[in-house]
Amino acid sequence: MQAKKRYLILFSTGACLILLFCLGGIQVPLSRRGPGRPHDRRLSGYGPGARWRHLSGYLQPFSSWEQDRSDDLTEHISPRQKRDANSGLYTGKRCRMESCFDFSLCERNGFKVYVYPQQKGEKLSESYQNILSSIEGSRFYTSDPGQACLFVLSLDTLDRDQLSPQYVHNLKAKIQNLPLWNGGKNHIIFNLYSGTWPDYTEDLGFDIGLAMLAKASISTENFRPDFDVSIPLFSKDHPRTGGEKGYLKYNTIPPYRKYMLVFKGKRYLTGIGSDTRNALYHIHNSEDVVLLTTCKHGKDWQKHKDARCDKDNAEYDKYDYREMLYNSTFCLVPRGRRLGSFRFLEALQAACVPVMLSNGWELPFSEIIDWNRAAVIGDERLLLQIPSTVRSIHQDKILSLRQQTQLLWEAYFNSVEKIVLTTLEIIQDRVLLHTSRSNLMWNSLPGGLFTLPQYSTSLRDFPFYYAKLGIKPPSKFTAIIHVVTPLVSQSQPVMKLLVAVAKSQYCAQVIVLWNCEKPLPAKHRWPATSVPVTVIEGESKVISSRFLPYNTIPTDAVFSLDEDTVLSTTEVDFAFTVWQSFPDRIVGYPARSHFWDSNKERWGYTSKWTNDYSMVLTGAAIYHKYYHYLYTTYLPASLKIMVDQMSNCEDILMNFLVSLVTKLPPIKVTQKKQYKETMMGQSSRASRWADPDHFAQRQTCMNKFANWFGTMPLIHSQMRLDPVLFKDQVSILRKKYRDIERL
Amino acid sequence: MYTSGKYSSRGPALIPRMKTKHRIYYITLFSVVLLGLIATGMFQFWPHSIESTADWTLDKRSVHDAPLIRLPVSSPIPERGDLSCRMHTCFDVYRCGYNPKNRIKVYIYPLQRFVDELGVPISSTGLSREYNDLLSAISDSDFYTDDVTRACLFIPSIDVLNQNSLRIRETAQALAMLPRWDKGMNHLLFNMLPGGPPDYNTALDVPRDRALLAGGGFSTWTYRQGYDVSIPVYSPLSADVDLPERQPGPRRYFILSSQTAIHREYRAELERLKEENGEALLLLDKCSNLSQGAASARKRCYKGQVYDYPQILQESSFCVVLRGARLGQAALSDVLQAGCVPVILADSYILPFSEVLDWKRASVVIPEEKLSEMYTILKSIPHRQVEEMQRQARWFWEAYFSSMKAIGLTTLQIINDRIYPYAARTYEQWNNPPVVKWSSVNSPLFLPLIPPRAPGFTAVVLTYDRVESLFRVITEISKVPSLAKLLVVWNNQNKSPPEGEKKFKCPECTAIDGLSLDQTHMVERSECINKFASVFGTMPLKVVEHRADPVLYKDDFPEKLKSFPNIGSL
Repeated sequence: MQAKKRYLILFSTGACLILLFCLGGIQVPLSRRGPGRPHDRRLSGYGPGARWRHLSGYLQPFSSWEQDRSDDLTEHISPRQKRDANSGLYTGKRCRMESCFDFSLCERNGFKVYVYPQQKGEKLSESYQNILSSIEGSRFYTSDPGQACLFVLSLDTLDRDQLSPQYVHNLKAKIQNLPLWNGGKNHIIFNLYSGTWPDYTEDLGFDIGLAMLAKASISTENFRPDFDVSIPLFSKDHPRTGGEKGYLKYNTIPPYRKYMLVFKGKRYLTGIGSDTRNALYHIHNSEDVVLLTTCKHGKDWQKHKDARCDKDNAEYDKYDYREMLYNSTFCLVPRGRRLGSFRFLEALQAACVPVMLSNGWELPFSEIIDWNRAAVIGDERLLLQIPSTVRSIHQDKILSLRQQTQLLWEAYFNSVEKIVLTTLEIIQDRVLLHTSRSNLMWNSLPGGLFTLPQYSTSLRDFPFYYAKLGIKPPSKFTAIIHVVTPLVSQSQPVMKLLVAVAKSQYCAQVIVLWNCEKPLPAKHRWPATSVPVTVIEGESKVISSRFLPYNTIPTDAVFSLDEDTVLSTTEVDFAFTVWQSFPDRIVGYPARSHFWDSNKERWGYTSKWTNDYSMVLTGAAIYHKYYHYLYTTYLPASLKIMVDQMSNCEDILMNFLVSLVTKLPPIKVTQKKQYKETMMGQSSRASRWADPDHFAQRQTCMNKFANWFGTMPLIHSQMRLDPVLFKDQVSILRKKYRDIERL
Repeated sequence: MYTSGKYSSRGPALIPRMKTKHRIYYITLFSVVLLGLIATGMFQFWPHSIESTADWTLDKRSVHDAPLIRLPVSSPIPERGDLSCRMHTCFDVYRCGYNPKNRIKVYIYPLQRFVDELGVPISSTGLSREYNDLLSAISDSDFYTDDVTRACLFIPSIDVLNQNSLRIRETAQALAMLPRWDKGMNHLLFNMLPGGPPDYNTALDVPRDRALLAGGGFSTWTYRQGYDVSIPVYSPLSADVDLPERQPGPRRYFILSSQTAIHREYRAELERLKEENGEALLLLDKCSNLSQGAASARKRCYKGQVYDYPQILQESSFCVVLRGARLGQAALSDVLQAGCVPVILADSYILPFSEVLDWKRASVVIPEEKLSEMYTILKSIPHRQVEEMQRQARWFWEAYFSSMKAIGLTTLQIINDRIYPYAARTYEQWNNPPVVKWSSVNSPLFLPLIPPRAPGFTAVVLTYDRVESLFRVITEISKVPSLAKLLVVWNNQNKSPPEGEKKFKCPECTAIDGLSLDQTHMVERSECINKFASVFGTMPLKVVEHRADPVLYKDDFPEKLKSFPNIGSL
């Protein structure tokens, strides 16, 4: 027994020694053998596996000044010749804006888009019709090809799958016959499907020449950066305008949902793209990772059926796609036959963070959208890591990804119009290079379509980025008083108003907009004020001119006023301090509301005292100057003309616009309801408010606007902002805004 | 190994003396030991273990100590480089694997001196100072590994920063000889001056198979988006000259051109602009009376007047960076360092690190053809934006241009972001200068949502032992229709919370009610605020003068018709 113990100890020591050897003692034999093995030396180079160390001693710089100069001074080819050479050299698959696009067409008239007239007998799919009408309804449209910078065919190129019933034959000949085709220069071709079974190549079946492609499911290999535009695949039911909202109604914390990762879709047993979906079952766990595929599609699926099909099909039928979509944190978007799939937009709308599994897909609008903010870009090769990858994503990140899906969905994807406008804006940004949007404008609220760089390229000049840039909203405003009646007496409301506004400590300038038929009164007739007063004549005296982005407005904040508005200096001050906290919204006094009139099946307008409101009229409201620009350039001429003809509704339209941009209601300040002396209609003057038709018109306007916007952007609010001690039972002397209480 | 061998040789002789049961036991143990030995042996013959040893040689090394490798003429040459390469086609992700830190591992080949059969080196400069700095910076970073088997990315120690000093064919052969070359897969080459006369290709001409290229001077036709990395051309002045940051604001000159090798067509164009706009423009050239050399690199002249370069760049709002024979210009780095807004005229140029940097916030890009309109275009930029760009330009230089280390690590971070996109650095992290990072507010709930009432709210009531007032609160709050749940946090270890509906009478309650008026309490809270502010480094609280009331609050209106009639009676 003693011996046994001894041996045990001996062997254990032996084993331990060996173990020690394995772990750390390798260098002993190695150092002995190293120099004797020249082959190893070649393999490992200088000193076997030595850590890289900074080398001492004198080393030459990588370039010398003389050499650089002599390089650049070699009389290299003239830059102009080089440019010309490029345009001949880089065509077809190597097209870029520099080589295949004629910028000079855009110089004279700006970025205008021409749509070819529809030819007789030429059938257009619903989707393509939607694309064309979106362009025709946009501010870029021109009916004159001589003014155009970009051309859009009226031949349906969306479906280039030869087996599809939508396929247009003889496209090549039809295009070659177009008089303005010009080898495809400055043309853009929209396409959703290309190629067909079995390989689904990205060939369109006709020569696109120098035309740009706005194509779905485009691969990085075929995508010509800075030339083509990758668009999302959308169905024929995708709404033309308006578009559905995202499904996220409120944020939950922690952000996890019932499922972690889901997918439900077809499985392709053979052919291109089948590998990815065929492998999904490896990570399916039927608990929180539910990835379902079905073999049941196509006519002869039974023929290719594999061993898993029956089991998969049975599992597939157990789950409801919608239920999964809404209750999952992540949604897998694996490639189908083509790289893009409908799953992508569905997941985006459902606030289910897309997990991309489609190697080589140039993601939609990749030129401007930072997809890492809204999606997880997976790698098909690393499928098995996907569950651990998504599980490793921190809660905060999920919360942010999820919100970003909604931001992007509503900014760029929820209607055909948005998709088309985004495409056009991307191209416009390339054409007007130095007035283009920065990445931040595209990827944060309210999105690139509402952030027009022609207004300014500086983020500071917009109402949306103060917090992001860590800067304070401006401390001064400009008052614009809209005058339509002649000056007759010094006691006219407008005079009182002017004095009261000018007295505000935040007022930088008063602008009187003279929209009266009578000639401008003499300068001395305006009251003397401490701030400068400018009188400008309205352009053709139309009501929309009150929203023109006048250069004479020196501040970012605009206090818009009607001539008969009654406001005290205190009220002006208070409204402005509130606005500083909400610089992207309309802040003001006269609140109104809209409602859905189910009897008449239309929107109604009310000025009654209600518990909520959705508009603050611009007769006494403060907002950012940028909205003047947006009103003037973003809105279509048809709406502005309607407003001008009626001399009414401009304030409603402004509220529509601001709510559309911010997705927030305006802000009413203080108790004050009546803001006009003439509200009750005893006035002898031809006030537009006294007109009985006035109210009916406003109803009509609301419905017209809602129709054009494709949605009702107005949002109700039940909140009004009062000074902190408002009507509190403390001494009036402690209150800063005493006047507001007395009114 | 030898000691253990001794034991193993003695073992078998002892076995016969034991019982069978024990014998089996020892035989098993023995075979385990033997197996272990064999495994150890195998381990040592495996090539990776040789490469993975820790450094054990020479601390003071110089280039001349590096082993000399002679390249046979027939040595294979890699393929030219595939323009269609992308991360998913030409990059082996399996080498990078899943790792909890989401960080790639980078291996640097040990230094070798390559010569051809005649003994002529493949490069006229050998390892340059800059490449040495770059490799050292990487080896000191978290990316570095000396274990070649764990590496995801390989960096040759063959310096290809300047194509001019290379023998192209031989360099390519040397690359192909690297032990892990494997068609260039996962190899990263750094090149700043590509091409050579007369065509000046915009990417390195050395055939390199599938290797990734970090290149300074890519054009849109040679840059493989999402695969290559566009890097700046390092300016040696970055290290030599210390330009203190200037506050953004107006400068003496509006536009300055300081490059010395500008094509005469463009110089003529600039002269014309100068004629039209006079003093606002300063057109500098080399000084004709100075001898060539390092000193002349630091001087510029205009009509006999000598200016210090790059200091003069700080005197202008905008600085022109025109293409030369190459698209990438070291002048860009100098201009950024000076906090001057670069006006880049180099058609088709892929700006440095454009994958992550938002150049629109730091520069103005104008097509070469529009050089004559430059003045008008720049004049249309608002002052505020110019100032922002000046600040941004300087920040870009500091963070991404200022040293070979900055350039190298940024390149690796970009590749890292591609491999672990879900852990990638954000736009804000890349682009916001520290002052913005500190002061900006990025709300985690940034989406404007107006939640439905249905889910209601949860009331959380914190209580110590004021049971009476707790019950009062509970009674009131449970009347609220949208209350979904009520949570009482009992914050008193000495007492257990009251159970169920039991009512308490609490004598101390009235005494404690005056708590918030207590003077010391207020002092304490003020101290808290000061403490918090100092920890935050800033006072995040904002003062507003408004409060929210229901729309019809205090209105002369039937209370019955108000949504919230009881507000204010608390």
